[in-house]
Amino acid sequence: MKVIVDEDKCVGAGQCVLAAAEVFDQREDDGVVVLLDAAPPDALHSSVEDAAARCPALAIEVLQRP
Amino acid sequence: MTDTRPTTTGPRPAATPQPTVRTCPFDPPEEYRTLREQAPVTPVTFPDGTNGWLVTRHEDVRAVLADPRFGANRRAARTGAPVPADTPLPPPAPGMFIFMDPPEHTRIRRLLTGQFTVRRMRQLIPAVERIVAGQLDAMASAGGPVDLVQDFALPIPSLVICELLGVPYADRADFQRNSSTVLRLDATHEEVQQAHLAMSRHIHELTVAKRVAPTDDILGGLVRDGRLTDEEVAGVGALLLLAGHETTANMIALGTMCLLGNPGQLAALRADPSLMDNAVEELLRYLTIIQFGLRRVALEDVELGGHRIEAGAPVLASLTSGNRDATQFSGDPDQLDVRRPYSSHLAFGHGIHQCIGQQLARVEMKAALSALIDRFPGLRLAVPAQEVPMRDDMLIYGVHELPVTW
Repeated sequence: MKVIVDEDKCVGAGQCVLAAAEVFDQREDDGVVVLLDAAPPDALHSSVEDAAARCPALAIEVLQRP
Repeated sequence: MTDTRPTTTGPRPAATPQPTVRTCPFDPPEEYRTLREQAPVTPVTFPDGTNGWLVTRHEDVRAVLADPRFGANRRAARTGAPVPADTPLPPPAPGMFIFMDPPEHTRIRRLLTGQFTVRRMRQLIPAVERIVAGQLDAMASAGGPVDLVQDFALPIPSLVICELLGVPYADRADFQRNSSTVLRLDATHEEVQQAHLAMSRHIHELTVAKRVAPTDDILGGLVRDGRLTDEEVAGVGALLLLAGHETTANMIALGTMCLLGNPGQLAALRADPSLMDNAVEELLRYLTIIQFGLRRVALEDVELGGHRIEAGAPVLASLTSGNRDATQFSGDPDQLDVRRPYSSHLAFGHGIHQCIGQQLARVEMKAALSALIDRFPGLRLAVPAQEVPMRDDMLIYGVHELPVTW
């Protein structure tokens, strides 16, 4: 799994941090998403997918790699 | 109602009235079930007499709210005097970023998002828990029955948002009265404008004072930052003050009433307090206090659900209906189930306007509900449930008062 975030789209809602705190954080000054792990381990895949689904601004893209 | 053929002429004259009447205090109007199944994108006449579209399925509500072809600057859906359809939309008041589209919306929201991050809100937990404990102490020493709204649900978020913004809590009587006017469905356009103006003027006076004597709070920070005009700071402040206390107060009070009406669910929460995070999400979904949804306007012709929504047409995305959509939520979405697995609910909206204070609301709801049920094991309504005055007459649903004892 490869994760891509679009900082310009992010509206700082924090939904991704709730879904997968190991993979997403927020910048201190403007709350914009910080990607902690662009290739998270298998055990986190479902929570990363949850984060992408929750994101109100559609700022998280998940690419599945075989 | 089953006609979903594509249309080419925008809203049809045979629009049905937007459903607004509840038969059960916790459920949206019954018509929504039929609409979701048979006419999920349907022409309606809003209570203010204008024609537009009503969107009722979870998937479609999300699609509308995430689509930049639907703009946020729209007339408030009210029951007051109809506004002629050809009246041009006035620009949003300064700072009212919930009615703005990018890039203006982004410019203002970005200045605030750092103040409402998950981490910052979690740092507030001890302070919120102290406020909650203080209110519970006061209730316990006063003895029941008390009005849970005035003595618990309203003070908690009001104290917190005042502290965060840098607004004196002593000013609460004024801003709570003005907030009520803004949210009253029967308020006239003039009354709403006056109340907005009074709130903005109040914040404006505070920002001027903060320029002279800087303070370490959100309004003080916006003044120091200098990227917003004084009028914008006043508008942002009034908006955050209103949204920061009315919404959460109603979720705490209505959430309490709902748990008392579902004793099995309340017992489960008492037996396993670790369920509370999930219970908060479930109460947000089940009760969805933005009771008529979010209104948008089509900025161009848009195809949606087999219909052509013409540019300029108002569209109401029903959060309450979307949150009861059985295709999205497992089990029976019309039942409160604190163990229901999380699935994206719409209580905070969706898209770029999704509630900026949602993490604060979660912290406040969890602290308040956990401590309340823990402190008063015998908590119960002090009047029959059908005598509790419901906020059917407000844009934000809930209870006007909630007499409880223990």
